[in-house]
Amino acid sequence: MLRFAVRRLLLLVPILLGLSILVFVWIRALPGGPAQALLGERATPETVAQIERQYGLDEPVHVQYWKYIQRTAEFDLGTSVTSRRPVKDELAERFPATIELSLAAMIFSVVFGIPLGFIAAKRYGTWLDHTSLVASLIGISIPIFFLAILLKYVFAVKLGLLPTVGRASVLIDFSHPTKFYVLDAILAGNLEALWDVLKHLILPAVALGSIPLAIIARITRAAVLDVQNEDYVRVARAKGLAPREVDTRHILRNALLPIMTIIGLQTGLLLSGAVLTETVFAWPGMGTWLVGAIRARDFPVLQGGILFVALVFVLVNLVVDLAYALVNPRIRVS
Amino acid sequence: MRFRRLGIILPLAALALVLMAGCGGGGGGGGGGGGGTLVFGAESDPVVLDGALVSDGTSIRVLYQIYEGLTALKPGTSEVIPSLATSWKASPDGMSWTFNLREGVNFQDGEPFDADAVCFNFDRWYNFPEAFQNASVSYYWQYGFGGGFAKPAEDSPGPSDSLYKSCEAVDDHTVELILNRPSATVLSTLTLPALSIASPKALQEFGADEGTVDKEGLFRPSGSFGTKHPTGTGPFKFESWTRGDKLVLVRNDDYWGEKAKVEKLIFRPISDNAARLQALQTGEIQGYDLVEPQDADTITGDDSLQLLERPPFNVGYIGFNQSKPPLDKLEVRQAIAHAINRERVVDSFYGGRGVVAKEFMPKEIFGYADDVVTYDYDPAKSRQLLQKAGVTTPVKLDFWYPTEVSRDYMPDPKRNFEAFAADLNKAGFKVNPRSAPWSPDYTDIIETGKAQVYLIGWIADFADPDNFIGTFFQDPKPEWGFKNPEIFNLLDKAERETDQAKRTSLYQEANRKIMEFLPGLPYVHAKAALAFQSKVEGFVPSPVGVGGESFATVSLGD
Repeated sequence: MLRFAVRRLLLLVPILLGLSILVFVWIRALPGGPAQALLGERATPETVAQIERQYGLDEPVHVQYWKYIQRTAEFDLGTSVTSRRPVKDELAERFPATIELSLAAMIFSVVFGIPLGFIAAKRYGTWLDHTSLVASLIGISIPIFFLAILLKYVFAVKLGLLPTVGRASVLIDFSHPTKFYVLDAILAGNLEALWDVLKHLILPAVALGSIPLAIIARITRAAVLDVQNEDYVRVARAKGLAPREVDTRHILRNALLPIMTIIGLQTGLLLSGAVLTETVFAWPGMGTWLVGAIRARDFPVLQGGILFVALVFVLVNLVVDLAYALVNPRIRVS
Repeated sequence: MRFRRLGIILPLAALALVLMAGCGGGGGGGGGGGGGTLVFGAESDPVVLDGALVSDGTSIRVLYQIYEGLTALKPGTSEVIPSLATSWKASPDGMSWTFNLREGVNFQDGEPFDADAVCFNFDRWYNFPEAFQNASVSYYWQYGFGGGFAKPAEDSPGPSDSLYKSCEAVDDHTVELILNRPSATVLSTLTLPALSIASPKALQEFGADEGTVDKEGLFRPSGSFGTKHPTGTGPFKFESWTRGDKLVLVRNDDYWGEKAKVEKLIFRPISDNAARLQALQTGEIQGYDLVEPQDADTITGDDSLQLLERPPFNVGYIGFNQSKPPLDKLEVRQAIAHAINRERVVDSFYGGRGVVAKEFMPKEIFGYADDVVTYDYDPAKSRQLLQKAGVTTPVKLDFWYPTEVSRDYMPDPKRNFEAFAADLNKAGFKVNPRSAPWSPDYTDIIETGKAQVYLIGWIADFADPDNFIGTFFQDPKPEWGFKNPEIFNLLDKAERETDQAKRTSLYQEANRKIMEFLPGLPYVHAKAALAFQSKVEGFVPSPVGVGGESFATVSLGD
């Protein structure tokens, strides 16, 4: 197990190095540079040259890359060209928002996805099963931003039940020691703030969680269908175990293995989905931050931010693999 | 993994359901409104709340509420009026300007506003450290005001290039700005929020100019003046700023003029346009800027919302490069002008927000001439003119348009181009379409004079004809490819003239001459729009946009 973990950790080095090159080259392939983006209409060849010299963008690409790698190795992600603040500080402000949203989306999709899939499997072939199948198909295929706008239109604009932007109402003040607003509100013992923050979480979490929800439901259904015809289930039933006991102890528990895998994979994917969702909900996380940086051609932010997201993605997958190895010894051998 | 875990999950699911149901009963998701708080949806966070260091609209909008300059613009117009200066006078040679300052004004930190404070700010700008001497940081000082720097970096303008020479406090309430060359645009540029006066004490105490240079050579400000302690004399003062979430200003109850009507003014960053509209519909915000043309109908069709249009402050035009024959022939240029149906393009592609242009600046700017030569749509006349010019028809034109760009004056350049090209092809021309991505290729091609006929436009920085026709035609430029001493001299003279009435008539004369000479064909001025809830009253859109729009007069009705 330890060898497995170490091997996977060592693999991170070439992965990250390759990623850094990709990100570096990709950003420089974008049309227009930060100087043009900063100056807009006012860009003249002189002002552009001036800014590029100041920011070291006139140096050969391999020199720029080497400097970038050196800095990054020292955990210095540079300075944002637009806000003029350290990228690290901005990252620290933005990341908790994305984690909070992703967690909420994950909870939503697990909490509704597993029971849905389970019920669909138990009522195999009935209208309920078919409905859930169709619903999950829609859930998978509907674009997140479209679903987001639709949800906002119905629940906020038409019904006036939920807010559409941000993490909390601008009229509520509470301190943010952890930057996880739900936690902050609980720590502050501010029920009004907690309620407000939860309301702000609902629509983005539903929008972001829709795809994982659909996938988890379908996997759960398939896994449960598989397991419930196994011999040990029949034995359990034959020995007169209560149906509820059979469902929980024997069917669902064994079905959980594939479900867990898919949950792990989806967690990583949530990060990329969050980019779109955050923009539509003005959620101040990594997504809106990076989209803004693309618009402004903010190279340091893009380099640092994307590399960080990639790192998180790789780490999440690593954790999933390790957890999986714990649950399923066969993995460790391969 | 024990299945007992589900014992946790199921109640959680139930809780979530209850929460969702609870929302149904719970109060509206609106927030905002009432209690004298106005929430405005901004495009992003400001860069920093230090006017001298920004040039983006999002920052300027906030700055204009906190700070004031020596002069200001009369709301809704481009007319210069007194602000922190009550009156002014230029020396006869135009080399120095004396300002009488408003008395009894205090900065928001309680410090008195006086002549020393004014000079402190000018000296600060003039003595900016190297890191601030780049166009993305101190753009307005360098290019708006024409300032140079006392200790210039390698590529920066130095004392000899500087318009600014020195600032002298004549007495507590009189200040004299001494220039290196005469300039009459001083009054207009002093209205820029970038040149507004900040509290010297706060600037020093909170290290406005302090910082470190990182390993890449980027300047990292370390002071907190622009992020936590912006201090001016304006009707609102800074309270707090949580990036990505909100920036809160509160009414300055010690303001020297009429106090702001709302108690709190909150700017909330919402980068997505559709999201801003929805947030306005739900009441989470009470207003937002940069309304997309396609959303205009939704807003005007909703009784609870209103659309406010800004007087246009830009121009879209077709440029002619006279160094590329046969554009050196006036008749050919006139033929192009008569060939093009400007009304149709403006009516079709600007969502009701375009005005057909007669000259290179909108009528809201002084110096606009009502009686310039006009060129009506008349393809038959085009053919006649081409015949008169003695060119063989069809006349081949390399006509350039940009891609990957959208501006108020040019929402979709390709559509404009296609309409214009079709018009030209019908009137004795043969258009060869050419295009390039806007930045950096297209702008580079135009500026270096490589294009023959091209679509482009201009958004002005400040309300002065010098910032329109002065920018275009005061000196020979490769993009126009002509030398017309009469026009150059007229514009030089107008820029230096310090008598406002004489200046106006000089610019009118220049506009007449320009439209006769026809270096290009202006075709549109486009209006930008803001949206508010109907109950919001007193917001006056300015032709200069965010740099002339105060929220102090805004109130929330019912």
